[in-house]
Amino acid sequence: MCLGIPGRIVAITHAPNKLAMVEVMGVRREINIACIVDEAHPVDRCVGDWVLVHVGFAMSRIDEREAQLTLEVLHSLGEAQAEIAAMRQAGTGNANATAIGGLS
Amino acid sequence: MKFADEYRDPALARTLVAEVTQLADGLAARRGRALQIMEVCGGHTHTIFRYGLKDLMPPSLEFVHGPGCPVCVLPMGRVDDCVAIAEHPQVIMTSFGDAMRVPGSNKSLLQARAAGADVRTVYSPLDALALAQQHPDKEVVFFALGFETTMPSTAMTVLQAQALGVRNFSLFCNHITIIPTVQAILDTPDLRIDGFLGPGHVSMVIGTRPYEFIAQRYQRPLVVAGFEPLDILQSLWMLLKQLDEGRCEVENQYKRVAGDAGNAPALDAIAQVFEVRDFFEWRGLGSIAHSGVRMRPAFAAFDAERKFSVPNLKIADPKSCQCGEVLTGALKPSQCRVFADGVQRRRLRGLPPVRPHPPGAQRGASGCGMRA
Repeated sequence: MCLGIPGRIVAITHAPNKLAMVEVMGVRREINIACIVDEAHPVDRCVGDWVLVHVGFAMSRIDEREAQLTLEVLHSLGEAQAEIAAMRQAGTGNANATAIGGLS
Repeated sequence: MKFADEYRDPALARTLVAEVTQLADGLAARRGRALQIMEVCGGHTHTIFRYGLKDLMPPSLEFVHGPGCPVCVLPMGRVDDCVAIAEHPQVIMTSFGDAMRVPGSNKSLLQARAAGADVRTVYSPLDALALAQQHPDKEVVFFALGFETTMPSTAMTVLQAQALGVRNFSLFCNHITIIPTVQAILDTPDLRIDGFLGPGHVSMVIGTRPYEFIAQRYQRPLVVAGFEPLDILQSLWMLLKQLDEGRCEVENQYKRVAGDAGNAPALDAIAQVFEVRDFFEWRGLGSIAHSGVRMRPAFAAFDAERKFSVPNLKIADPKSCQCGEVLTGALKPSQCRVFADGVQRRRLRGLPPVRPHPPGAQRGASGCGMRA
């Protein structure tokens, strides 16, 4: 009940009642989009929007830029970890350790 | 699936687990005990178990499964009232699938259906409204439960019923609110929780500002989290970073869905239809002030509690039930007295069953009926 699922609005089915057809992994269903429309983003501009669908309502327009930023943070963490792992490996490496020590 | 698969990358998960482990080990060593992080929302509990995140955590970090499962915290008396309405010959009772198996002191909705009541599972409250339009000779009641995530959908359905002039549709309102509940947990003596994963979909409705008091007054950090495994791990990392750096803030990992200001049309619909109750009864936690809502008098025609007479009895939790201690992190689920009980024994004791599908499955797996 409490879970939401991302879906894409493919058509407006009843503009005055703010109803739209959404597609979630190939499944289509009519949902209410009253929570994601306002003057800046009227009903007719919603086709193509990715939305979080919850019990027959679009509850939020998914922000693609924020989604990208979250992924970038995750990937940069991954890269940093790989870098640190590489450094650790180099640091514990036999000959390298001596060589670095020798240079200092 | 877009906006989901990207957040399930195993390599990135391993990286995050390593980071979280390092931070948690350091923090736990300094505190002389394991960290306790409460995920408030049952959806997060679901992800933690479904993806095995619990098993990936070091001994220095424990998850405490919070009160955010509206099905699990519903007291038996309310289920009894719902069953009483459902047994009315004119009534078609509707609800989400999750609500069907929650036991009352006598029976669940599913058992009421087996005994002849017209009880139907719907995906959306809008489906219940459509059912009312299809059956003008019947009274269609929607058993409304859930936190702020679900409240806008039922509020908007009532507003639509009003606009359409549908007279045979009503709500049996059991909605509850998250802030008084978290506050009740924070006020528990001997609280051991070090930080919170905030409920992503409640936050999508109410925004992140209502949590500020948790950081400011109670000095516990909170990170609003998404529901994919990497969302949870990244949020944990953000939380531990705060603890490590001595910060105590409300942060938002789920910005792609939950904005800091919340959702204005959703909040407006809630405010139009619902008003705060003085008290609401919770399974395990008892009565919590201002934690539930009821329908405003202007919507009395759509309020099943006014339309039908209900027993409205307060049924005490079973004596063996230790859900309250588990909910506040004082007990681990495995320490609960009835952890090992079988399904039938739990039913006889009036404890919630092990539910076969999420999110209840994870919670029910504990055997205490609520928490895993």
